[in-house]
Amino acid sequence: MGEVLVLVEHADGRVRKPALELLTLARRIGEPSAVVLGAGEAADSIRAKAAEYGAVKVYVADAAQFADYHVVPKVDALAQIARAADAVALLVTSSGEGKEIAARVALRLNSGIITDAINVHAGERGPIATQSVFAASYQVTSTVTEGTPVITVKPNATSPEPAPAEGTVENVSVTFSAAATGTKVVSRVARVSSGRPELTEAAMIVSGGRGVGAAEGFSVVEELADSLGAAVGASRAAVDAGWYPHSNQVGQTGKQVSPQLYIANGISGAIQHRAGMQTSKTIVAVNKDPEAPIFDLSDFGVVGDLFDVLPQLTAQIKARKS
Amino acid sequence: MSMKILTLVKYVPDATGDRRFTEDMTTDRDAVDGLLSELDEYAVEQALQISESHGDAEVIVVTMGPADAKDALRKALSMGADRAVHTDDEDLHGTDVFGTSSVLAELVQHVGFDLVVCGMASTDGGMGVLPALLAERLGVPQVTLLSEVAVDDGVVSGLRDGDTATERLQAELPAVVSVTDRSGEARYPSFKGIMAAKKKPVEYLDLDDLGIDAATVGLAGSWTAVDTATARPPRTAGSVVKDDGDGGTRLAEFLASQKFI
Ligand SMILES: Cc1cc2nc3c(=O)[nH]c(=O)nc-3n(C[C@H](O)[C@H](O)[C@H](O)COP(=O)(O)OP(=O)(O)OC[C@H]3O[C@@H](n4cnc5c(N)ncnc54)[C@H](O)[C@@H]3O)c2cc1C
Ligand SMILES: Nc1ncnc2c1ncn2[C@@H]1O[C@H](COP(=O)(O)O)[C@@H](O)[C@H]1O
Repeated sequence: MGEVLVLVEHADGRVRKPALELLTLARRIGEPSAVVLGAGEAADSIRAKAAEYGAVKVYVADAAQFADYHVVPKVDALAQIARAADAVALLVTSSGEGKEIAARVALRLNSGIITDAINVHAGERGPIATQSVFAASYQVTSTVTEGTPVITVKPNATSPEPAPAEGTVENVSVTFSAAATGTKVVSRVARVSSGRPELTEAAMIVSGGRGVGAAEGFSVVEELADSLGAAVGASRAAVDAGWYPHSNQVGQTGKQVSPQLYIANGISGAIQHRAGMQTSKTIVAVNKDPEAPIFDLSDFGVVGDLFDVLPQLTAQIKARKS
Repeated sequence: MSMKILTLVKYVPDATGDRRFTEDMTTDRDAVDGLLSELDEYAVEQALQISESHGDAEVIVVTMGPADAKDALRKALSMGADRAVHTDDEDLHGTDVFGTSSVLAELVQHVGFDLVVCGMASTDGGMGVLPALLAERLGVPQVTLLSEVAVDDGVVSGLRDGDTATERLQAELPAVVSVTDRSGEARYPSFKGIMAAKKKPVEYLDLDDLGIDAATVGLAGSWTAVDTATARPPRTAGSVVKDDGDGGTRLAEFLASQKFI
């Protein structure tokens, strides 16, 4: 079986969950190898984690360039490793950066790319990727017909399954291109964690929209989320108003989520919002307006004021749980 | 010397319409009316702002797309861009992102540029990778997904909101940037702008003009294939209850019945 390279996303010295999902998917189409770039001293523990989830080999490259310059150093590294390993496929997380790295690597390898896959399977003519398109109104399957398939996969495509493997380290010394130092990272401010589940990883999400009315209004949304152990989402209207951080935005230009349960509060259900949440398993809506389009896609809806409905619901959940 | 700012805009099917695939598995561009991709309005806006703050600059809108894509160019011209360049060729039907990036790379070199400003993603294909591919092909820095952008003294800098961090990026011109929908509301064309746009020059170029071999683009030159496209069954509305003081309780009952609590 050929090597499938997985670019391991990490932050604060820890593997991010989507990378473990990719390792799990990689096993369906070949033999997973992890690529760990710029992890410094954390490389050891990241290697161990990758091995636990099936990485037979772990390519490790470290250089100041990975942190100091944007995108291209990682493109140089991944393309170099892919060529040397004669990889049969590359899997990368569908983040803004992940997609850009993957696309440039694909171009260098003369290979086709599929972005934003929600599933990957083995097929006779190479990996088959499933994508959700046109605001999730269509599901398409695609294959790469030229070169080494490069596929970027959205978070939550599968649940990570451990499958211990050797995780043999291969240290790589990267030859950087002239373009590597073209875009300087002048400063970096890490996002502070809210302590709540990540939006793209959560099984349940409670969201608020313009109907929440003010930043303070989000406390009823957060309290409901906390009673369920859910992540908090927001519509673009709420984010644009400055009531909630952009990192929590759900929709076309925010995160696309697919949780088991999505509770939309004070959200009308515009196409751009639906694009980010309509593949959720169960959808619930609370809205004052009985005509709100969000009810068309809800499994259960309450026509009412969210400031009445949510606190009552939160109290009930707490009562049932204790 | 005058600064040349190119802004790349795409003509896309209206997202609020009923978008579909045709039989050859490409986007059906007839089923739904097209328009200037809303996310590219932000690119036009930032290009205009950079030009205005710089003084001596020219904003040129560039598109690759069918004849109707002139509507997208017109809109950008009526917002204030100075002139437009349109590449339209029958052989381009079904071109993938690599083909598109090769055509646009030739095109922007043909026109000449100091700065290329793109949107964050097209609202139809929505890959969000074209700006990076363009930078790769042109061998210039990419400064992408910016919520804030400025050009000063031949240097472009901006703020990028990533999943795990916010970064300040900086590169020397020439460069390719892309801006997000957080970069600032796009202006509405004024009546004067709309009238003026009618007189602004639009240059048409086909693949021959750009020296591009038709075999490398279009459906046949694509490196990926869509094998199946299935409409997702529309979600059906479930029960909707009116809150008579017990809305929260009834919602709790529903969640319990679905084993969420
Ligand atoms: C290119 C583009 C990209 C976009 N990307 C996104 C995106 O990623 N995500 C996104 O969400 N949007 C996006 N939008 C914006 C989208 O079109 C809508 O404007 C936005 O989703 C509306 O947010 P909302 O539902 O919170 O607000 P509104 O549409 O104003 O709806 C508010 C709702 O709250 C209800 N309400 C008010 N008060 C209460 C109360 N006390 N109790 C209960 N209900 C109440 C009202 O009845 C109403 O239905 C995008 C738009 C464009 C053009
Ligand atoms: N056919 C096109 N013509 C001009 N610009 C384009 C075209 N396709 C994409 N772009 C630009 O590239 C950006 C990202 O597109 P995409 O990678 O297709 O999501 C868009 O916002 C546009 O600025």
